[in-house]
Amino acid sequence: MVGVSTAVIKTDGLTKRFPRVTALDQLTVEVRPGVVGLVGSNGAGKSTLIKILLGLAPATSGRGEVLGLDIATRGSEIRERVGYMPEHDCLPPDVSATEFVVHMARMAGLPATAARERTADTLRHVGLYEERYRPMGGYSTGMKQRVKLAQALVHDPKLVLLDEPTNGLDPAGRDEMLGLIRRVHTDFGISVLVTTHLLGELERTCDHLVVIDGGKLLRSSSTASFTEATAVLAVEVTDFPEDHFPEDHGRAPGEAVRERLAAAGVEVQPEGTHLLLVRLADESTYDTIRDTVAGLGLGLVRLEQRRHRVAELFTGERDSGRNDQDGGDDQDDQSSRGGSDDGAAS
Amino acid sequence: MAQPPDTRSADTRSADTGSADTGVIHDIGYRGYSGPRLGRGYATRSLFTQSLRAAYGLGRSGKSKVLPMLVLAVVTVPAAIVVAVAITMKRDQLPVEYAGYLASVNLVIAVFLASQAPVLLSRDLRYQTVPLYFSRPITRTDYVRAKFAAMVCAQLLLMAAPLLVLYLGALLGGMDFSYNTGHFLYGLVAAVLYALVPTSVALVIAAATPRRGFGVAAIMGYLAVSAAVAAVAVGISDPGTTGSDAAQWTSLISPTELVESLVNEVFDLGVGLDRRYAPGGLGIAVFALVALALVVGSYRLLLTRYKKV
Repeated sequence: MVGVSTAVIKTDGLTKRFPRVTALDQLTVEVRPGVVGLVGSNGAGKSTLIKILLGLAPATSGRGEVLGLDIATRGSEIRERVGYMPEHDCLPPDVSATEFVVHMARMAGLPATAARERTADTLRHVGLYEERYRPMGGYSTGMKQRVKLAQALVHDPKLVLLDEPTNGLDPAGRDEMLGLIRRVHTDFGISVLVTTHLLGELERTCDHLVVIDGGKLLRSSSTASFTEATAVLAVEVTDFPEDHFPEDHGRAPGEAVRERLAAAGVEVQPEGTHLLLVRLADESTYDTIRDTVAGLGLGLVRLEQRRHRVAELFTGERDSGRNDQDGGDDQDDQSSRGGSDDGAAS
Repeated sequence: MAQPPDTRSADTRSADTGSADTGVIHDIGYRGYSGPRLGRGYATRSLFTQSLRAAYGLGRSGKSKVLPMLVLAVVTVPAAIVVAVAITMKRDQLPVEYAGYLASVNLVIAVFLASQAPVLLSRDLRYQTVPLYFSRPITRTDYVRAKFAAMVCAQLLLMAAPLLVLYLGALLGGMDFSYNTGHFLYGLVAAVLYALVPTSVALVIAAATPRRGFGVAAIMGYLAVSAAVAAVAVGISDPGTTGSDAAQWTSLISPTELVESLVNEVFDLGVGLDRRYAPGGLGIAVFALVALALVVGSYRLLLTRYKKV
C-alpha cells in the first residue's frame, strides 16, 4: 500500500538512564510501515521510548531515526510529520472539539483555512458529528478518545504514536477504537505505533509486535508468529453427575481431565480451582478435549481462546519464575489509567 | 515521503451514488494533506494569538468573556468621563496625568492579571494539554515565549485603551498638542513597564499550580499585600526632608509600586505627599535593575519550569 519499504522508526543501542532507573537499555529495533504494537508491562519503557522518538527527551546514549530524521537533531521536523495521542486526558473541558482540533492543527503548522477543513474531515473520519460543536467537558470517554485520536491525525502525519488508546473504554468502544486504528493504516495510509499491555487486543489489529521489558527488547516479529506460539484454550468442565462414578472416583473432575489430556500428549496446566489452560497445538486439540471430556461423562462449561496477556508471553519467553505476574497484571491495569508509568519517564 | 498523498484512498463510490444536491452525506474517503506546513515560527505565532484572544475570553465560553470585558470597561469608562468633564468645563489641561491614571486603576489591572494569567498557564497544566503542545513542532522555549508575550500584550492593550481615550479626548478638546503627546508617551512607557514587571511575576506563580483558583488567589494576594505594605510604610514615615526617602525603598517589594516610583522619578511626574518615587540617581538605578531582574528572572524560571513537563 504505502510503497516505501524503509523503516519508519529505527533505533540503535538506544539507552535512557534516569538517576535511579534505566528506562531503556541498549534498545535496537526497526519498525516498518504498517500497524505495529509496542507491548510491555507498566514501567517497561514504552512512554520513555515515545518521548525520545518525539525528540522531547534526549537519549543517554545510542541513536535513533524517525521517518529517516535523526531524533537528536531534527526533533521539530519529526514532530511536524508525526502525530501523538497521549495516554492521559488532555482535553480542556470548556472548548468544543472543533475549536480544539483546529488549534492543534495550526500548532502543527497548518494554515488557518486548511486547519479548519482538515478538522472537519478528521472529526468525521473518527466518527464525531453534531457533538463536535459542544464543549468537550460533556463527552463520554469514547468520544474523548476519538477527539484525542483526531488531534493526532489532523495534520495528516506519516506516522502516529498511540499510547494506550483503548484505556478506559468498554468492550464495544474498545472494538470500535481498534477498528479505527486499523483504518488509520489501511484507508488513510498512515503508519501506526500503538502501545498496550493487553496483547489480545493487538493480535487483531497489528501486523507486527515489538515486546519490551525493563527497557530491553524481548522480541520483535510478526503478529502471526506470536499467536501461533502462545495460543491457549481455557477449559472448564461440570462436576461428575451423581449416578456416574468412574474409576478415579473421589477426585476433582478437572484433575481427571487434566491427567487424561496430558496422557494424550497435550500440554495442559491448571489455573485456579476450575480452569484448565490447554496449549492449542493445532485443530485436533479441540477434538482431543471434546473426546476426553465426553469420555469422562462430563459437561463442557467453557472452551474459549484466551486473551493473551503480556505476562503469559513473558513466561513463555523465559522461565525465570514470573508466573505470579498474571495476578499482578490486573492491578497494573487499574493503576495505569492514572498514567503511573509516566513516573519513570518524567 | 515522496509519494503523492492525495491518491491514497479515493473512494469511488461517491461518484456513482447520486448527485450532491440530494442532501445526503457521502463518505468521500480519506484525503491527505499536501499543502504547506508552516513550521515552528508560525505555530508559535498561532499560540500567541490564541492565548492573547483567550486572555479576553475570545474563543472561549460566553461566561469567560464577562470578567475581561468588565475590567476593560471599568478601566476605560472613567477615562472617557474625565475627558468629557474636562471638555465641557473648557479646561486647557486634563485633570489627570497619563501615568498617574494607570496608577489609580492599578488594582483593577491587577484583578485582570490575577484572573487571566492562570487562564493562560494553569489550564494547560491542569488539563494536561502541555504534552500535546510539546509533541508539535514548537519547543518548550517557544511555548514560554508565546505565553509570556501574549500575557504582556493583553495587559498592554488593557492599559493602552484608556490612555488613548485620554489622549484623543485631549486633542479633540483643543488642549496643548506637544504637552499631551509627550505625556501620553510617558504614559505608554509606564504601561509597558506595568505590563512587563508585575506580569512576569504573575506568570511564574500561575505556572507553579495547575489549580486556577490557587493561582488567582496567590497572584492577587502577592500584588495586593506587597502594594499595601509599601503604601503603609510610605504613609507612616515622616514626610519631612530626610525621613521619607528611606521609606520609598519599600516600594521595591511591590512590582506595581516599583514601576510607579520609577516612572514618576524618571519623568518627574506626580505631586503631593503620597507621591512615590525612586530616591535619587541611585534609586533610579536600583529600581530599574530590580525591574529588569524580575522580568529576566521570571522568564528564566518559566523556562526551567517547563523543562520538566
